[in-house]
Amino acid sequence: MIGLTLDFERPLVELEKRIEELRNFSTEKEIDLSEEIATLEKKAEMLRREIFDNLTPWQRVQIARHPRRPTTLDYIGLIFDEFIELHGDRAFRDDGAMVGGIASLAGRPVTVVGTQKGRDTKENLARNFGMPHPEGYRKALRLMKQAEKFRRPVVSFVDVVGAYPGVEAEERGQGAIIARNIAEMTRLATCVVVVITGEGGSGGALAIGVGDRLLMLENAYFSVISPEGCAAILWKDGSKAQEASEVLKLTAADMKRLGIADEILPEPLGAAHKDREAMARTIREALISSMDELSGIPPRRLVERRYARLRRIGEFVTREAAQHDLAEAASGGGEAVRAVGPGSSKGEANA
Amino acid sequence: MPAFKDLFKGKQKYVTVKPASIQTEQPDGLWTKCTQCGQLTYTRELAHNLLVCHKCGFHFRLAARQRLAITLDEESFTEFDSDLASADPIGFPGYAVKMDKTRQATGLEEAVVTGYGTMGGYPVMIGVMDFSFIGASMGSVVGEKVARLFERAARQRVPVVMFCASGGARMQEGVLSLMQMAKTSAACARLSETGVLYVSVLTNPTTAGVFASFASLGDIVIAEPGALIGFAGQRVIEETIRQKLPPGFQSAEFVLEHGMIDMIVERRDMKKTLVSLLTLHERRQEVG
Repeated sequence: MIGLTLDFERPLVELEKRIEELRNFSTEKEIDLSEEIATLEKKAEMLRREIFDNLTPWQRVQIARHPRRPTTLDYIGLIFDEFIELHGDRAFRDDGAMVGGIASLAGRPVTVVGTQKGRDTKENLARNFGMPHPEGYRKALRLMKQAEKFRRPVVSFVDVVGAYPGVEAEERGQGAIIARNIAEMTRLATCVVVVITGEGGSGGALAIGVGDRLLMLENAYFSVISPEGCAAILWKDGSKAQEASEVLKLTAADMKRLGIADEILPEPLGAAHKDREAMARTIREALISSMDELSGIPPRRLVERRYARLRRIGEFVTREAAQHDLAEAASGGGEAVRAVGPGSSKGEANA
Repeated sequence: MPAFKDLFKGKQKYVTVKPASIQTEQPDGLWTKCTQCGQLTYTRELAHNLLVCHKCGFHFRLAARQRLAITLDEESFTEFDSDLASADPIGFPGYAVKMDKTRQATGLEEAVVTGYGTMGGYPVMIGVMDFSFIGASMGSVVGEKVARLFERAARQRVPVVMFCASGGARMQEGVLSLMQMAKTSAACARLSETGVLYVSVLTNPTTAGVFASFASLGDIVIAEPGALIGFAGQRVIEETIRQKLPPGFQSAEFVLEHGMIDMIVERRDMKKTLVSLLTLHERRQEVG
């Protein structure tokens, strides 16, 4: 468990403590120390910048997991003018690790879904530390299909270490529902904007993470496996998570570089939890401009664009590329095989 | 339109597999010990039984080529996209070397072989994952080959049969391999809208990112007996719940009982079952 003060923040916190002590001393003894205090404050400001301008991937992961990091419901309250929470998957139960409902974004009705971590131990137990069971994903899917029906855009907030790895989750089809959600989201005939606010943990994040635009908070991460899991496989040592976080390329900047994220949303100095209102304003503005951009696109076209967007993700090389091209040309256009039977001779183009 | 066979004339990149090849690709040694019951079987006899233990029915893993050989009609296979090879997109430590070694050891380019063939005379787009290739993990190439197979099937209106096996997404390609879940699922969802059949066969083991994407999206999902099928790794679950898992957890029989798959089919009945399904989904002239 990480404390409220992260290791790399300690020098800063100590400096802030000294400033506070000096201030108290000065008031108590009625001595003017304003010059000394000002100097130290300047020093603290510089130190703060130095720390937060040079965060390592591992430090960002720690920030993304910070117990004070604003949660989905915190952002919902700050971003939307109105929010009506809706519950349940209509099949098994209401999963507290997934929240959702209808909201108003600058006068525009939207459907909101998102994973929800607890803000204290008690709430974390109720919300299963924000790790959904299958019914949570089913609830999110239900609300997204509802959004499609009523032509509302979808906003999805992702902050999840992973889908819950438990016996009952497996019994109720965790893998199948994640597959289903991903597949349905690729075809959803309404625009979907995804915001990774903290942790973007693997399939459990992707299950509500497929959309037309992906926004990432500056210190959020998105990864195929947790740094701990990667370290356990790679070096048989889960404590080497720091090294793993470097090799996995999981930061927002990495996602932008790899063409996965569209936009990085800058966090206030000292990270989102230092000024949640400011952070919420930044997200709100980005959501509004995303919606302005996407809402004019007809649903059919949106789905095509989304497909093309996913379709080009991946890096590989073609061996004997030249020969291959020749062979394709010789066979008269792109396809090597044509099936015999009705409907087979249409000359369809690639997506 | 040229005759079907003429399309492939003079193309050496396509490989033809004969059923006989299963006989020659056996593990070294005259005798093979069953992983499950310990029974020693004459290797040739085991191969003759499609690598299923005579005593306990344990289904040994098949190499992709072996699976193609016992599934497709003789000499009907044409491979697609065999020229796609993995890059090392995030410069992951040791990945390039591991890939080279794996290619040499397995004789495969990647963890999935895709292509076209016939089964009982019916045309099928077929994909077979090979667990010996880095645990049949899904990176960019696997994702691309699977997506292309679904796209071809949609364009040509030919059913897909996918033999799945995988440890999950390929960690060494970072988030790009995670996104292959979305890419393959997208292609699969699009195929589904065209009304073309997709049968997914889950073999030992089908887990994590592959289970949580195209493997679960079949119109009909079949499993081989005893196959390990699940989303989360058993060690991870045990660490989470701080308990030992019951025997049989995440087995094919377990997921059947919990409603995640349609049926369990023994290897010797697999082709027959698939052909029956293809027959029942044969497109009628008046529909097309």
